[in-house]
Amino acid sequence: MTINWFKYSSPASFYSLAGKMIPIFAFASAALLVAGLYVGFFVAPTDFQQGEAYRIIFIHVPAAWMSMFLYVVMAFWAGIGLAFNTRLSSMFATAIAPTGAMFTFIALWTGALWGKPMWGTWWVWDARLTSELILLFLYIGFMSLQAAIDDPRRADKAGAIIALVGVVNIPIIYFSVQWWNTLHQGASVSINQAPSMASTMLLGMLIMVFASWMYSIAVILKRTRVIIIERESHTAWVTELQKKEFIR
Amino acid sequence: MGIIKRDLLLAIRRQSDVLTTLFFFIIVVSLFPLSVGPEMNMLRAMAPGVVWVAALLASMLSLNRMFSNDYSDGTLEQMLLSPQSLSLLVLGKAFAHWLVTGIPLVIMAPILGIQYDLPSEALLVLTITLLLGTPVLSLIGAIGAALTLGLRGGSVLVSLLVLPLYIPVLIFGAGAVEANMAGIGFEAHLSLLGAFLLVSLVLAPWATASSLRVSLE
Repeated sequence: MTINWFKYSSPASFYSLAGKMIPIFAFASAALLVAGLYVGFFVAPTDFQQGEAYRIIFIHVPAAWMSMFLYVVMAFWAGIGLAFNTRLSSMFATAIAPTGAMFTFIALWTGALWGKPMWGTWWVWDARLTSELILLFLYIGFMSLQAAIDDPRRADKAGAIIALVGVVNIPIIYFSVQWWNTLHQGASVSINQAPSMASTMLLGMLIMVFASWMYSIAVILKRTRVIIIERESHTAWVTELQKKEFIR
Repeated sequence: MGIIKRDLLLAIRRQSDVLTTLFFFIIVVSLFPLSVGPEMNMLRAMAPGVVWVAALLASMLSLNRMFSNDYSDGTLEQMLLSPQSLSLLVLGKAFAHWLVTGIPLVIMAPILGIQYDLPSEALLVLTITLLLGTPVLSLIGAIGAALTLGLRGGSVLVSLLVLPLYIPVLIFGAGAVEANMAGIGFEAHLSLLGAFLLVSLVLAPWATASSLRVSLE
């Protein structure tokens, strides 16, 4: 028996598959979120150095991880779309960008809220903070480029090129910012020496990471579905679908 | 390469474009003392950063012209159809852009540095970093210019796409001058700038060529 690997690369069959998968991931996300927040707020002990304020880590760290990870995933699918001319991959990449930008913003925002009680300042020009900010710029550049192009196929390809250029540049930017930072020795805070965490803290954080994963998958699938409907509105199966939905 | 000659000729025929970029650079640099005050110690510390940021903005300002005229009169399509490798053509155009916008900045920078009371050795380092860095700006900028070809609000979009990618050049360009003034070696910065130049020489024309193909489809 041969498996048809490409069955779900067609927007029409992916649309129904995504429809079935969204509730699963949404439910998993909600359940993990509740569990993670419970562990984070009630089970994990108070930190002896940072007091209660450290608990923002349960939002901050998953958001920061997701922001970086989603950019790579986005560039990967955009690249696949560019190389093999598959419509669905490009749609998927477009759907990832807003979620990635949102996580980047959350990471920066919660970082500022965390920095205030810990370091006494909202913002330091630390290497990690600066590169996270630049990552936000890259996301915004990708989204605004796609938004400015009317033809969706051109938008896909142009976005793919800028995403790939961004991926090549991210390590360069990261190390530049790091060297720039060590050269200046400005702020005397270091977030590199994280104190070892209690296992319940780690557990809470990991649960929150999985919750963000599930959330991202659910939201991205949902957004992909919307993009599919929008772009394929001229096709027979969408018209068919509209009739069905309308009757129901 | 014929294309470099052609672009240079076009630039000479339309001198105002070149001069606008140069005067933009001079004006931006001159605005800083007016806004932060004429204290010489502070200005000296700020000078490398100010000159570099102004160079970044000036080089970005002229990016739109790299392809837009050729695009609107159809020359660009002919270039795409020509048997020449598109990457090489793009390399030629980026080189011409650098000759027209980058070189005047490099020549002007020491004079502006004197206004900021930079020591003569730092002036030399500033000129060398600009000489190494501005071609990178033209090469990376070409990608952005090619992607935003013919779009509404293209010039604003270019800045959004290209400025984050300029950051490494800015860091090491301004960093070399600062390191020199602080008495630490600046050779490492120059090597890194050279490395950026080589990497972008290889990758940027290729990325620009595929962007042009996307934009002209």
